[in-house]
Amino acid sequence: MSLLIKLLAQRIALGLVLLFMVSVLIFAGTMILPGDVAQSILGQSATPEALANMRRDLGLNDPPLQRYFSWLGGFLQGDLGTALTSGQDIAESLGKRLGNTLFLAFWAAIISVPLAITLGLIAVRYRERWPDKMISAVTLASISVPEFLIAYIAIFFVSVRLRWAPSVTTIHDGMSLGEKLHTISLPVAVLTLVVLAHMMRMTRAAILNVMQSAYIETAELKGLRMFNIIWKHAFPNSVAPIVNVVMLNMAYLVVGVVVIEVVFTYPGMGQYLVDHVSKRDIPVVQACGLIFAAVYIGLNMIADIVSILANPRLRHPK
Amino acid sequence: MTDQLKYLSRQVVTGRINRRHFLGRAGALGLTAAAATTMMNSAVMAAGPQKGGTIRVGLQGGSTTSSLDPALSSNQTDWTVSRMWGETLVELTDDGGLEGRVAESYEASADAKTWTFRVRQGITFSNGQDVTAADVAETLDRHAGEESQSGAHGILRDIKDVRTDGRDVIIELNTANADLPYLLSDFHLVIQPGGGKSAPDAAIGTGPYILKDVDMGVRFVAEKNPNYWGELGNAETLEILVINDNTARVAALQSGQVDMIDRVPPRTAGLVARAPNVNVRSTSGPGHYVFIAHLDTEPFSNRDVMMALKYGINRQEMVDKILFGYGSVGNDSPVNGYYPFATEFEQREYDPDKAAFHWKQSGYDGPIVLETSDNSFPGAPDAAALFQQSAQAAGINLQVKRQPNDGYWTEVWNKRPFCTSFWAGRPTQDQVYTTTYLSTADWNDTRFKNEQFDQLLLAARAELDSAKRTQMYADMGTLLRDEGGLICPMFNDFVDATNDKLAGWADGVKGLPLMNSYAPMRMWVTN
Repeated sequence: MSLLIKLLAQRIALGLVLLFMVSVLIFAGTMILPGDVAQSILGQSATPEALANMRRDLGLNDPPLQRYFSWLGGFLQGDLGTALTSGQDIAESLGKRLGNTLFLAFWAAIISVPLAITLGLIAVRYRERWPDKMISAVTLASISVPEFLIAYIAIFFVSVRLRWAPSVTTIHDGMSLGEKLHTISLPVAVLTLVVLAHMMRMTRAAILNVMQSAYIETAELKGLRMFNIIWKHAFPNSVAPIVNVVMLNMAYLVVGVVVIEVVFTYPGMGQYLVDHVSKRDIPVVQACGLIFAAVYIGLNMIADIVSILANPRLRHPK
Repeated sequence: MTDQLKYLSRQVVTGRINRRHFLGRAGALGLTAAAATTMMNSAVMAAGPQKGGTIRVGLQGGSTTSSLDPALSSNQTDWTVSRMWGETLVELTDDGGLEGRVAESYEASADAKTWTFRVRQGITFSNGQDVTAADVAETLDRHAGEESQSGAHGILRDIKDVRTDGRDVIIELNTANADLPYLLSDFHLVIQPGGGKSAPDAAIGTGPYILKDVDMGVRFVAEKNPNYWGELGNAETLEILVINDNTARVAALQSGQVDMIDRVPPRTAGLVARAPNVNVRSTSGPGHYVFIAHLDTEPFSNRDVMMALKYGINRQEMVDKILFGYGSVGNDSPVNGYYPFATEFEQREYDPDKAAFHWKQSGYDGPIVLETSDNSFPGAPDAAALFQQSAQAAGINLQVKRQPNDGYWTEVWNKRPFCTSFWAGRPTQDQVYTTTYLSTADWNDTRFKNEQFDQLLLAARAELDSAKRTQMYADMGTLLRDEGGLICPMFNDFVDATNDKLAGWADGVKGLPLMNSYAPMRMWVTN
């Protein structure tokens, strides 16, 4: 057991080091971008005086290294600072957006993960027969089309023609859960189509791999039903690679849906980040970047831990 | 047939075909003249305003990084929202004149150096406070002050002193300016209690609506201000959704989620207009898409090179292919018929022979590099390619260099010698010239330095006699058109759209898009 705790501690420490490196990279990246904050905020209608005033107020005249470390110090104390552009508290506005993003990701995951795994199981059960071929064809086709195109096609038919679901998915606090779910139904459907294929194919491949084993043959010879064999014997033994892919896709649902958010006008983190990148609002970009990195690293860590727990051989390394 | 008629009557409204033409075409479709006239008029008029209901508006431009502080207002969403909760001293009328808002009346001294604005009696801010002359003076002070980051900072630079006297605000200028009230109609200069010095983004003003729900860059909800003094505001509730993606904005209108949108892309406007429940509204304005050259840089300092380029551009082709007809040809002047005191010049046409003549005359035969990006104006790279083609016919070697959207306004515009750009226009000729073509202007993006032009500009600004002023502006226009570094191929129309639930659209309103951004407040929901 202590070995397991040591392993976990190592993983977490490694994650924190990675996060720190990511913060340096993001900061360096934002420094390379052309243009400066004051000009980007005031736009084309800025006078030189107004620009100078804003640069001074925002502390842009300090050396970059000093700005970086004072920000990092604040971050470690839980203070994300205030946005350079709007003067709002970052933690507060970001929290709301992160909530929205997680809301969308949650519902997309709730639908897509069980669906992908079930479809994968069905594909194995009817391997090389028409259900398998149809599932693969449909999911591979949907992953091959760019997501914004699927989104526009969905908007045209479902929103504009049939008027079943809204194309603008701006959710707000005044809505009930039911209204919110109806509002986000289209982006959830599109996201499901986008992540389905990857998870389904991995489930199929991982289980097929296990199906070659001797104990599966034994189970068959015992006369178990095919679906029972897959569900009770093959699936638990192939859970590690499946969890890995599921986590990767869930991370994508949180950090990679900028395009979907823009097309459906969804008030999530992606849009929030893009708005601030275009205004060179470095504290916000840093905070978003770190949160995205943390989500990615965290979910991958969970995947690792689940694989370790699911496989006794990994639990007791020599 | 109905669709076709609807299309035709819309063409009349937007001034693309005239009434006689409409009647002829309608007759060909088998309609009697009387019925056709009724139909046309019903497209133009509607039965008086109705109160109540909700108007939902989809706008571009809004961003999470924006602020409710009107001083930092920089896009359609920002200023539409600030017009809902606040008002300026004076505002443009539909035909480009002026009317008092927070100011009840105003007058100038004979030398146009001292202006007196009388604050409207009995109006209150949405927090219940009375509006005083001091509030107005403080507002001007906040925007004009040395510490100011206001977008209106530049236009207030000439103010020497602001003082109050009872309900009067008295503004002293360093130099005479007959256009001061126009400057004060600028959308940044919303009158706020105490000038908004303590809480610039509190959104407390004298406007027809009060903001109830604010999510910057996402959604704004406003309700009718029960104590508003004026006529504006028909719907009980306004909901503004920020929809920056063009396709998403159009889809939102088509699917009935919003009633009104701004900036329909010209490329798809024709298709959008075909939908039975959508009206595309096109308004000509002062905005223009331009190619600008630095006159202090080789080879643009050579007048023949500039003339070759001016004759080597096909303006009509650009209006057809870049604006898809939603616009008009430019004439190498930033001023069109939109402005008061404007005069017509002979239209400069595409003439490869003259261009080739000037090109040879100049003695220069190297390449000309034109820098462009998609956000300098929509379709700018395509326009640059068209320019390249038309110039090639005159033997001019024009090379197009594509730049990233990001940072274009800081790294390319006003820095590189020849690039594409966009100007939204200003309410008066004086402002246009002062902002961009005066020798000492911050944004003299063509490096146009002409002493005679500067003198005329200052003289015209102080001139209260319209005939003399018109003549001065005509002379300045000629100078700029012949000597300037500005190649202006086209003026773009504002293309907005509303659905058929709304009535009360007025055509040809001057100022900003969507009826100078008052459409949400002036239109109404029909039952």
